[in-house]
Amino acid sequence: MPQEAAPALHVRGVSKSFPTPEGGEVHALDNVSLSVADGSFMVLLGPSGCGKTTLLRCIAGLESPDAGEILLRGERIDGIPVWKRRVNTVFQSYALFPHMTVAQNIAFGLQMDKLPKEEVTHKVQAALSLVRLSDLGARRPNQLSGGQQQRVALARALAKQPEVLLLDEPLSALDLKLRRGMQLELKRLQQETHITFILVTHDQDEAMSMGDEVAVFDSGRIVQVGPPREVYLRPRTRFVADFIGEANILDISVAAGTASAAGIGPIPMDMWSGDAPPLTDAQHFAAVRPEDVTVSPDASGRFTVLDATFIGGDLHAVVDLGTHTLTSRQPAADAAGMCSGDRCEVSFRPGSLRVVEA
Amino acid sequence: MTSPRGTGTSLKNFPLFGPITAIVFAFLYVPLLFVIGYSFNSNRIVTVWKGFTFDWYVEVMGNDDIQRAVINSLRIAAISTILSVILATGLAIGLLRMVRVGRTAAWSLIMAPLVIPEIVFAIGTLALFVQIRFTLGVDSITLAHTAFCIPFALLPIRARLRSVDLSIYEAAADLGANEWTIFRRITLPLLAPGIVAGALLAFIISLDDFIVSYFLAGAGGTTLPVYIFGMIRNAITPGVNALSTLLLLASVVIVTISYVIAIRKR
Repeated sequence: MPQEAAPALHVRGVSKSFPTPEGGEVHALDNVSLSVADGSFMVLLGPSGCGKTTLLRCIAGLESPDAGEILLRGERIDGIPVWKRRVNTVFQSYALFPHMTVAQNIAFGLQMDKLPKEEVTHKVQAALSLVRLSDLGARRPNQLSGGQQQRVALARALAKQPEVLLLDEPLSALDLKLRRGMQLELKRLQQETHITFILVTHDQDEAMSMGDEVAVFDSGRIVQVGPPREVYLRPRTRFVADFIGEANILDISVAAGTASAAGIGPIPMDMWSGDAPPLTDAQHFAAVRPEDVTVSPDASGRFTVLDATFIGGDLHAVVDLGTHTLTSRQPAADAAGMCSGDRCEVSFRPGSLRVVEA
Repeated sequence: MTSPRGTGTSLKNFPLFGPITAIVFAFLYVPLLFVIGYSFNSNRIVTVWKGFTFDWYVEVMGNDDIQRAVINSLRIAAISTILSVILATGLAIGLLRMVRVGRTAAWSLIMAPLVIPEIVFAIGTLALFVQIRFTLGVDSITLAHTAFCIPFALLPIRARLRSVDLSIYEAAADLGANEWTIFRRITLPLLAPGIVAGALLAFIISLDDFIVSYFLAGAGGTTLPVYIFGMIRNAITPGVNALSTLLLLASVVIVTISYVIAIRKR
């Protein structure tokens, strides 16, 4: 398991602020720590402006952190200039050199390492065949499609055999179909080369399908790190529950050992997930996935269906809880014929509610 | 051919399109044709045609003063072009890295020579050189030309530099290139078309400058435009026509060469 190997990269307490044009300050990174296992695929996930790209740029050396340290295989690199770090970056805009051919683009980084000519030629060929572009070495970047340019950018960075490969939203410029193909391609490249990948994305599907581990960012902090399935099943905060997959957030109040959800009423103890943090006498938030909610038609029910949509074999329903709404996703057969305006009751799958931090 | 904007309306439908075009071109080129034609006129009276001759060209080329003036002009233009292009390249890169407020101020200061009346610049420069006892001559003209050629050289270089995605420099650094290597292998090749255009502009601006050169010429600093001005002070001689034709030929050759280079680069 790659997770058990020694960390390739260790980020400790890194902070970084930027001045705003108005004279203020933005905390792009706020005391961020992260450990990336050797040979693993780490995804930094978060909405735009959450600091994930800033962390990537700090690791690459394109930004210098205000505080904290960055260790590559146990050695501090945060003071080393960008060109001396054994990490390489695939840029969002690809950043290919327009005045060089594809082969020259890939050779550039190898020439910087002062490798002998034959070795450069050999490695350029190897990198080209790795990304399946062997025939296009003589082309200029502007003669390639977006997907091909993306592969050249990958080949150029991989040819250097970096300790860690950094990818800054590498697929965001590609159309949906191409993106799916490149996701698989990236995964294959990572497994073939055994290089540690750190990929930044705001696309949760991308993060879930590619990452061995996902680090979720929220306003300059990492709020949760773990394997994608783990993060999905056990979100720690309201933000994570909402950002990864869909979630209903319920307001929970506890009085005399009984938990009640606003708009729904008392929640039986067996609805709570077994490994969830214990409830104390205070205000809480609980997250529940739409697929764990069942809406059943009931003429004397307490709630009203606001919207019922049948998508494939599934029913997607939205139920009015008074102050907010509840979304469900369930097999259509359970509630055939339901339409908006109907009365209904809601229930949860036992063990599906989780208390999350605000 | 349809127009590039795709409006489908041909410019030719514009009223008086033909006559206006003819007048504009006549205004631009008839004086040149006069100069070229009469440079082959064997009559000493410039405006009366007598017969065909190359005599004036022989006379002009054999004139030591003119040769000296041409050499001065070329030397001044070459050196001030090189200096102003080097400075403009540095400025363009420097401007790119400045914060917004400083950048606007610096840009306005650098571009000021474009709007300052040249006569003011000439008088100021003359006063300065006299004050610091800098000997007037080729060197003083070269320095002044360098100064006012900078904005002309800077315009195309900066335009080119701004069209380059900043992440390209970051990518080069990321791949192991230090500042100097980035400049040599990335910045300079990418800027080359802008630098060629800037150099050409600077060279021609310097070559045909009259006012500044006239003020700063001193002894032995006569440039070709200053010399021509001296020649026509009394009367326009056929020699002036021959000299002007040669100057025109030189400009055409320079521009053609640069155009060919630009096309081949693509």
